[in-house]
Amino acid sequence: MNKLYLALFLVACTPISVADTLYITLEKDNALAVVDGETGKLLKTVPLGQRPRGIALSKDQSLLYVAASDDDTIQILDINTLKVIGELPSGEDPELFKIHPNGRLLYVSNEDDNIVTVIDLEKKTALAEIAVGVEPEGIAITRDGKWVVNTSETTNMVHWIDPADQRIKENTLVDPRPRAAEFSVNNEWLFVTSEIAGSLSRLDVATKQITGKLHFKIPGVDKELIQPVGVLAHPNNKLLFVALGPANRVAVVDIQLMKVTKYLLVGQRVWNLAFSPDLKRLYTTNGVSNDISIIDVDDLKVTKSIRVGHYPWGIAVK
Amino acid sequence: MRLGHGVIALKGIIKRELWRFLRQRERFIAALVRPLVWLFVFAAGFRSTLGIAIIPPYETYILYEVYIAAGLIGMIQLFNGMQSSLSMVYDREMGSMKTLLISPLPRWFLLMGKLLAGTSVSILQAYVFLLIAWFYDIQAPLLGYVTLFPALVLAGLMLGALGMLLSSFIKQLENFAGVMNFVIFPMFFMSTALYPLWKIKESSELLHTLASYNPFSQAVELIRFALYGQFNSYAFVYTLAAFIVFMAVAVWGYNPSKGMMVKKGGGPR
Repeated sequence: MNKLYLALFLVACTPISVADTLYITLEKDNALAVVDGETGKLLKTVPLGQRPRGIALSKDQSLLYVAASDDDTIQILDINTLKVIGELPSGEDPELFKIHPNGRLLYVSNEDDNIVTVIDLEKKTALAEIAVGVEPEGIAITRDGKWVVNTSETTNMVHWIDPADQRIKENTLVDPRPRAAEFSVNNEWLFVTSEIAGSLSRLDVATKQITGKLHFKIPGVDKELIQPVGVLAHPNNKLLFVALGPANRVAVVDIQLMKVTKYLLVGQRVWNLAFSPDLKRLYTTNGVSNDISIIDVDDLKVTKSIRVGHYPWGIAVK
Repeated sequence: MRLGHGVIALKGIIKRELWRFLRQRERFIAALVRPLVWLFVFAAGFRSTLGIAIIPPYETYILYEVYIAAGLIGMIQLFNGMQSSLSMVYDREMGSMKTLLISPLPRWFLLMGKLLAGTSVSILQAYVFLLIAWFYDIQAPLLGYVTLFPALVLAGLMLGALGMLLSSFIKQLENFAGVMNFVIFPMFFMSTALYPLWKIKESSELLHTLASYNPFSQAVELIRFALYGQFNSYAFVYTLAAFIVFMAVAVWGYNPSKGMMVKKGGGPR
């Protein structure tokens, strides 16, 4: 009997890890890889439109939206059947997009047309087209839904869009080639990665001014290879994870000090990042090495890298 | 031989070797400095060299210093094995070996005792090295530090037996430099301690063949897998077989009527 109690006690003490499923767009395979987040096992691969890149789940997590860039559309997939059940009028060459916290609006950047298209997800129609700088790329939305920002790669600007009237209210000049943006969980700061400058800028949301900057430096790695792209804020409001592209590293940044606390070695050309729902794991898509890396968030250690298909690009986690 | 006698003798031999090791602080420090210099200086220059392929037992991309750590543990045990052989040559010259070999216990048992003593020292060194490496962010799974132990015992015994075998061939202490040049360095450099086999193959097929048959490579791979909680059966069988062969030849070499002692005229009479 004692043994039974001991066994039950041990089971009770074992940390429970919630199983999660990863949905990864494979840019070159024109497909979606479905991966078990805990084991890293590739469960299946489903065909998609041409050059799938940006990916996101609907607010109720019943639908998947995938930007099929070369088909000039955003495909809608049923999460259970993984079948394409519809499309959204995304405009030309959709790449990165974000869904507003209200779950009703989707903002997508159209790189070739220098616009951001706002899509009504219920009506599946384009609600507005916002003219922005040259080569719009990153999109970020505050958790309270008050601000949408877009970064334009060639104009080197952050455009502050008010979702109330879908107009740009302010612009902030940042370092060359701003790629991705992310708000802190308390909506106080905005973080922008600049690919050419190899830097991360911290902007104050209230003043729209830069309040901190960080240039990444990795011993033994050529400066040219350090190209910050994807950025993800930890809900603890202390850490930020930055994918450094061909430097094959993810930088862990202390957002208060704007200092790198650790560089984690992952696959080649690390591009985008996503957390598991329990925040135990961080997933990275590594384009050139055709794999994803799994990072233990508590230990800040890379535990596994698994091949998933050619050119993994975007990632959504359920 | 009664078990009690054997245990007393074994304890005596191991104690003597551990005492000798601990009292010679320079030796302890030197044994650690060597792999640490390789880790902090040599490996630092090649940090990202291996960041392009995932090889078992690693499940993700690793920095060079993580790869080389297992090889440096092997280096500790290799040098320790040779150091033991050096001390055996010294013991033989000083006459303390004679005292040991004329005891009523079987010769293989005494040599095995010497071997276990040397291996214990090398295991101690290896764990101290790993402790320092931990703070340099070379951290294996905790279970790996447990599963490493039996691998270190076997690898230590095999390399110690090799040292013992060599010591039976070395006439004088001065000849030890030859062992360094012709055994330790080739064994270390032509192995998987510094580069994985696929990398060696890229540069030379011959080197690749030599490295794959090098028993030191297999000892290093046994250590590498064990450190990550995995069992490399091929490396285990290879290392075990090498140990048996080296030990058999060493026992033969130390036999006063048949082995090298007769030829050299150095054995106990």
